[in-house]
Formats: sequence, structure tokens, C-alpha cells
Amino acid sequence: MTAAGVGAPCDFTVVTVNDVSRHYGRRRALSRVSLACRAGSIVGLFGPNGSGKSTLLGLLSTLLQPSAGTVTFGDQSAEVWGDPLRARIGVLGHDLFLYADLTARENLAFFARLHGVADFDGAVDRGLAAARLTDRANDRAGGFSRGLRQRLALERALVHAPRLALLDEPFTGLDDASAGLLVDRLRRLRESGAIVVMATHDFDLAEGLVDEAVCLSEGRVVGMAREGGTLRHRYRAALAEATRQ
Amino acid sequence: MSLFRGAWLIARKDLQVEVRSRELIYTTLFFALSCVVVFSFALIKEGRRPPDNAVAAVLWVSIAFSGTLALGRTFERERQGDTLRALLLAPIDRASVYVGKLMGLLLLMSAVELLLVPLVGLLLQAPIFRAPGLLFGLVVSGTVGFAAVGTLFAAMLVRAQSRDVLLPVVLYPMTVPVVIAGVQGTTAIFAAEPDWATAQICLAMLVSFDAVFVTLAFWTFAPVMRE
Repeated sequence: MTAAGVGAPCDFTVVTVNDVSRHYGRRRALSRVSLACRAGSIVGLFGPNGSGKSTLLGLLSTLLQPSAGTVTFGDQSAEVWGDPLRARIGVLGHDLFLYADLTARENLAFFARLHGVADFDGAVDRGLAAARLTDRANDRAGGFSRGLRQRLALERALVHAPRLALLDEPFTGLDDASAGLLVDRLRRLRESGAIVVMATHDFDLAEGLVDEAVCLSEGRVVGMAREGGTLRHRYRAALAEATRQ
Repeated sequence: MSLFRGAWLIARKDLQVEVRSRELIYTTLFFALSCVVVFSFALIKEGRRPPDNAVAAVLWVSIAFSGTLALGRTFERERQGDTLRALLLAPIDRASVYVGKLMGLLLLMSAVELLLVPLVGLLLQAPIFRAPGLLFGLVVSGTVGFAAVGTLFAAMLVRAQSRDVLLPVVLYPMTVPVVIAGVQGTTAIFAAEPDWATAQICLAMLVSFDAVFVTLAFWTFAPVMRE
């Protein structure tokens, strides 16, 4: 997949989350979160279940609106950019956003067309090759194993070469070889100038891959040491410190 | 991307899924035809033609009930795999999603009605060729009105746990005017002495209903889909 469309009509090189809170009724999912994600970097979101990782990804995807604070793409908010902004965002969700009754090729073709990809045949072929599903391109997605669907879903999220790739648990269901290939894929994505934000619990795979690690606990960003031990150790230390406070 | 291009892509995808699974067409068709067959056994006595208003009611009840069945399943498909969220993430006007789903549903309901109306004519001895243009207008405008409201409600309820129960509860009170106008207009056509004025007034009412509810649904779809 090629670079994330530098110079496209709607483009940005930084996404800024500024003092953002999000509530669901009386429940607080995120509280005063601030962070900046820059082009050519992979930001890892870590935290226990229910800590607000998926909510933060939802806010970055524009599907959710903050209860307070702002999310800006470049120097403008999603409301100012309007619909074209979503052509620059790719999302791999917890659910895979695939139609079980459509084939792998049809799934990619549908989403490529919907995102206005000009050379959608080429984009689909590249996506199938990247997912290593070329020989199963005409099989129904519903007949794939979880790992194969995960690979297809990742290429669905990237079929339009987004500037901002939001990945929720991208390593779920992948075997060792596929996980290794995904790591390579994410590195290539970073080199192409994309902003990758990835929520994961897999510290071993994230180690050495993420440029910045953000730890969330009960909806708040918890300070995490940049150096000193493995990612897992730093994460545990950060959570322990947050619990003490 | 234009609104109608996005809508067409979504409607075409729905048709592609339906051609592959044939789930909705078989279930809605079977349900609609079963309704007509059961009513024909109940209403036809000693070969005598049933009352005109009963024939019209059978037609519209079959359309409404089979349409409800299709509505629920259409959005259930988007719930599996959370693909509705993927549609909302696409760089298209969110009204495109509404129009696309509406187009897909209308095509499906039209296919069912293509068999349903002749079957009503055959089994219930309804004079469906007496004013084919007017009958076509009533059925089409009634279907559009029903589907326009139904698509909006089905989308709104897609994340509700008891959506299967709630959909008819919220849909039928809103679409009562469509069914009543449809029944009255069709009865006027099927009557021994056709009442063309009533049929035309009912058609005008249905077209007005369509205009109001398609416009309302068009404008409210994006806000109601906000999480």
C-alpha cells in the first residue's frame, strides 16, 4: 500500500487530543485525556479492560464526540473537515466490519469504492496480496477462520491508504507467522507516513514496534516511563503507581 | 462522492448479499404468500368472491407484515460484524446510508409484491387489471411510505436489545395512515362500482405522506445514528 496521500485535499500530519472527556450517561469513560499523534509514528494504547482505549479510538475515528475537550486533525476539528476527513481514517474495530456473505474480494472492493479509491481494482489486488488471501479471493469471508478474517479486516481498514489508522486489538486470532507479518505491515505503514494508533494487550509484539506508549487507567492517562525495562514492566509500574495515588 | 452514488453502492451491496444468501426474499415471499393463501381459505365460501375491503386488507396486511420481516433482517445483517459502523465511517453523507438501505428494501419489497398482487387477484378474485396504473401507484407509494419510516426506525433500533419486539411497536402506529390509505384506495378500485375519486385522493395522500416522511427521515438519520 502506498503512502498516505500527502497533499490530498483533506490531509493532516498530526492528530491532537486536547483535554478530552467522554461520559456515557453518568459513567465516565475518559477523563481529561491529552495526547498528540504524529505522522510516521505508531502510538500504542495500553490499559486494563474498560480503561477507555476503545472509547479513545472511537473519538479519533469521529464516530464518537467528546463530552468535553477537542480532537483536532491537523489544525481543524472533524466538524470543520466534514465527510472527506473520513476518507483519511481507517479503522480496524473489535468487530471486523466484514460482510460474511461477500467474498474477500467483494468486501475489499465494496469498501474501496465507498471510500472513493480511484484504482480500486489495483487497491483490492494489493490488499488481497498483503493479507495473503489472493488464492482465496473468491471465498466467502464467513467461511474464513478468525485469523484469516482478521487479516482481511486489516486490509479492509487500509484499502484506501488512510493517513490515520486506528487498530483495536489487531493481533487477535493471528498465529505467530501472521503476527510477525502484521508487525512488518505496521512498520511499512509508519514508513509511508501514516499515523498508527493501536490498542493492544500484546506487549511482546508491541515491544520495539510502538514509538510512543500511552497507558490508560480508569479513563485517565497514566504516566509511563520511556525507558528502563521492558514495555510490560514499565506498564505494570505505571499502573501500580496509578493505584497508589 | 455524491449522495446517490454512495446510496447506490450500499443498495447494490445489499442486493449482492441477498443474491448470495437468498434469505430475505425466500422468507418474506413465503410469509406474504402464506398470508394470502390462509386468508383465501378463510374468506372464500362456496366459490363466492370475498368483500372488496377484505381483499384490500389482505393485500396491505401482507405487504406490511412481510415488509416488517424484511426490515428487521436487513439491519440485523449490518449488526453482525458491526458493519453499520463501517458504513458510518465511510466518507459519504450519512443520508446516503439511509437512502441506500431504503433502495435495497424497496427493491426487495417490489420483488415480493410482483408475485403477491397477482396471487391476490388469482386466489381472492380481485380485479387487479381494472385500473392497473392506479393500483400500481397505490402499491408503490404505500410501499415507499412504509419502507421510509421503517428504515429509519430499524436503523434507530439496531443497537437496542429488544429491537425485534420494539420495531413493530413503534412502526405500526406511525404507518397506520399508509395502510389505511392503501386499503381505502384499493377497496375503491376493487369495488363492484369503482370509486375513482376516492382512489385518487388516497393516492395523493400516500404521495404526500411519502414526501413528508422521506424528507424527515433524510434529515434525522444522521443525528439519530450518532453514538
